[in-house]
Amino acid sequence: MAFSFPDEVLEHVFSFIQSDKDRNAVSMVCKSWYEIERWCRRKVFVGNCYAVSPRMVIRRFPEFRSIELKGKPHFADFNLVPDGWGGYVFPWIEEMAGAYPWLEEIRLKRMVVTDESLELIAKSFKNFKVLVLSSCEGFSTDGLAAIAASCKNLKELDLRDCEVDDLSAHWLSHFPETYTSLVSLNISCLGSDEVSFSALERLVGRCTNLKTLRLNRAVPLDKISNILRHAPQLVEFGTGTYTADVRPDVYSDLAGAFSSCKELKSLSGFWDVVPDYLPAIYPVCSKLTSLNLSYATIQSPDLIKLVSHCPNLQRLLVLDYIEDSGLEVLASSCKDLQELRVFPSDPFGAEPNVSLTEQGLVAVSLGCPKLQSVLYFCRRMSNEALVTIARNRPNFTRFRLCIIEPKTADYLTLEPLDVGFGAIVQYCKDLKRLSLSGLLTDRVFEYIGTYAKKLEMLSVAFAGDSDLGLHHVLSGCESLRKLEIRDCPFGDKALLANAAKLETMRSLWMSSCAVSFAACKLLGQKMPRLNVEVIDERGPPDSRPENCPVDKLYIYRSIAGPRCDMPPFVWTMDEDSGLRL
Amino acid sequence: MQGGVGGSESGSMSTVSREDNMVVSSEDSSCPDESELELGLGLSLGGFKMHQVSRGGHYARILTAKDFPSVISASSSPSSSSSSSSSSSSSSSSLSRANVTAGTKRTADSVAAANSSSQVVGWPPIRAYRMNSMVNQAKNQATEGFNSTMENHKSETSTVEKGTTGISSYQNSGNAKLRKSLFVKVNVDGIPIGRKVDMNAHESYEKLAKTLEDMFLKTTPNVNPAGSRDLELGMMNKLTRSSKLLDGSSDFVLTYEDKEGDWMLVGDVPWKMFLSSVKRLRIMRTSEATGLAPRLHERNCQRQRSKHI
Repeated sequence: MAFSFPDEVLEHVFSFIQSDKDRNAVSMVCKSWYEIERWCRRKVFVGNCYAVSPRMVIRRFPEFRSIELKGKPHFADFNLVPDGWGGYVFPWIEEMAGAYPWLEEIRLKRMVVTDESLELIAKSFKNFKVLVLSSCEGFSTDGLAAIAASCKNLKELDLRDCEVDDLSAHWLSHFPETYTSLVSLNISCLGSDEVSFSALERLVGRCTNLKTLRLNRAVPLDKISNILRHAPQLVEFGTGTYTADVRPDVYSDLAGAFSSCKELKSLSGFWDVVPDYLPAIYPVCSKLTSLNLSYATIQSPDLIKLVSHCPNLQRLLVLDYIEDSGLEVLASSCKDLQELRVFPSDPFGAEPNVSLTEQGLVAVSLGCPKLQSVLYFCRRMSNEALVTIARNRPNFTRFRLCIIEPKTADYLTLEPLDVGFGAIVQYCKDLKRLSLSGLLTDRVFEYIGTYAKKLEMLSVAFAGDSDLGLHHVLSGCESLRKLEIRDCPFGDKALLANAAKLETMRSLWMSSCAVSFAACKLLGQKMPRLNVEVIDERGPPDSRPENCPVDKLYIYRSIAGPRCDMPPFVWTMDEDSGLRL
Repeated sequence: MQGGVGGSESGSMSTVSREDNMVVSSEDSSCPDESELELGLGLSLGGFKMHQVSRGGHYARILTAKDFPSVISASSSPSSSSSSSSSSSSSSSSLSRANVTAGTKRTADSVAAANSSSQVVGWPPIRAYRMNSMVNQAKNQATEGFNSTMENHKSETSTVEKGTTGISSYQNSGNAKLRKSLFVKVNVDGIPIGRKVDMNAHESYEKLAKTLEDMFLKTTPNVNPAGSRDLELGMMNKLTRSSKLLDGSSDFVLTYEDKEGDWMLVGDVPWKMFLSSVKRLRIMRTSEATGLAPRLHERNCQRQRSKHI
């Protein structure tokens, strides 16, 4: 009974429940639990910034300290979402600045963050501690200077993969000399001349709690030794450029500096690597759990040597220079490997430049019993290999395969790869994320709809034959939250027939498919809780026949209604879409 | 039953089915009737009409870049029979669909332009951030002359060749199907949020100027998203009044920053040379663009001035 426990007790119990899903479940038990829960929720997660308005969030959760927001759809990473589409954070900062002086953490992904927003954050939140900007853009070093100057309690400043306008190298000097609370700094995305080395060294020197430091490419190799000596307590470190003329004194400095870091678990950076300097990190390799060599243009023999020194590796990002032979060594050396990402070194080349094939992936799935997450770029694949992989490694939770040439068939049988991916979804019962590639018919979607019951995110490109494919996915995948599709022959029928399903998902992206403008309008009219956005840079969709397919379509559920910050090339279909545009 | 007629089929076979498809799809591209939609909304899928569709074969099959092996150009080649059947209205919508599915960013005017049909934006799915880093690495390797990264490799000549191939494929897409995009930022004075434009999707200054004019010369400015600055609405209105950016007849002038960091007027060097040196674009007020003469011997003057811009 709701009366059996006083509120404070329930609140205390709820404080142990951190995950959003669980919190949401708690809030649905009964009215009083809803009330208690909303007052004590400290971390809010909004997976789509347009699904809800800032005011609604603030009204429901009056005392949160931390917010995470996501903006643009995932395909924005590949330039499929035109600039200016949206995802502006300023309205959120503005509302929160008014309501919450005690906000501590802001985490943003794929949002447009202006200097004005950063300045407002710096001014409004006195106890601000954590700023994580992931794949964001729209700000410059001026905004960073404002944060540095005003946020006296800042612990974390992480700018992973952002696009920053470089205006001044001196923003780092805006951290006052009295400021010592930095724990994590990631500036790996900054272009050249955006960091002053002396300011950096002084900052690192006085922040004795610094655990994570990811430098940018402009930091030369000979500066790293000094920085590391100032911060031997580092757990995660990203180098700058890893190249220099080979000199014994520089080398021994570097090796000594690395040896002094007894806590290092994660390394990254390694732009422009000179192999002669790699052994400098051998002293720390045995403790490494995470290694990002995805910018390191070193060849297989050097990669093999390096990887053989890291028996405790759990996460490896690497270029396809590692080749099948390197992956075989990885499979035998790194039995704790959980995540592997292999990126292409020459994605636009007509011919393969390295010997990396499906065999490498087979080897790793055979040899690494804990492997659960894979992102693999290659040029050929076979159903046989995929079935082997699925059978060997049923514990995959994330499987993303990109065969570089669209619609590439099984290279052995010339058949579509339906059966291979079918095996993946059949054997890997906990699969949450899947990206397809290669030659695929509607059959693969039938497999996915039948077996992939825990699948939450599906990415599809250049696949399928008909609406039946889309229908299989929408009607069969019970846990589906995000679906993104490009260049597939999916049209109106499956979409309209599964309209209700779309309200159970976060979002659907379809570009270069066959969904007509008429269908978009109909969907918008019938489903008031969906925002149906037509994105078309050719001009207004009503200037073409109604049965003409739209260029891009982004559908997401929302309780905030259509947004008001759309650029000229985005139209929302709503109840009146028949009447106005 | 074998799946779709993919790109692996031989030319004549797929040509026939493509034409069938275009006819089929134009017949069937009407609005689905209400009863089907009610079916979906009621979440009852028994006896669903979808199954009939699949037996029809390639209903609503989209034409992708692979279906048009030759360039869709003004001078249509005989081999691409699909593009030549542009007489019927349904086919022309299919044609524009094909252009759409090619996926490049285009303005309305350039749909029929002689862009390569097999240009696919955003594939393979590599984040722009990573692509830029890799391009910079390729460039660095070129300028540093394959330094000690290559030294340890046994067969040095073959490595050098590999490296060259890799670099040239970044600069001039080796694979006709997957063209590298070259996105550069465009900023307009007074508007804080810039846009990005794919330089490789244009072949000339005129096309680029047209795209930019279309991007920024909208007659219906929207509510400013990033803040409430009347200046910006005024900006938009101003832009609608000005005309061409290239011929000096507008209030605005198109400039670019080159690899050396100098700001120059756009339009003086050959297009290809421009492509290889442009880092970003800026549309600035004509009044502020004094001294930006694009003569090479005036570079020093520009370096001084660019500090004040």
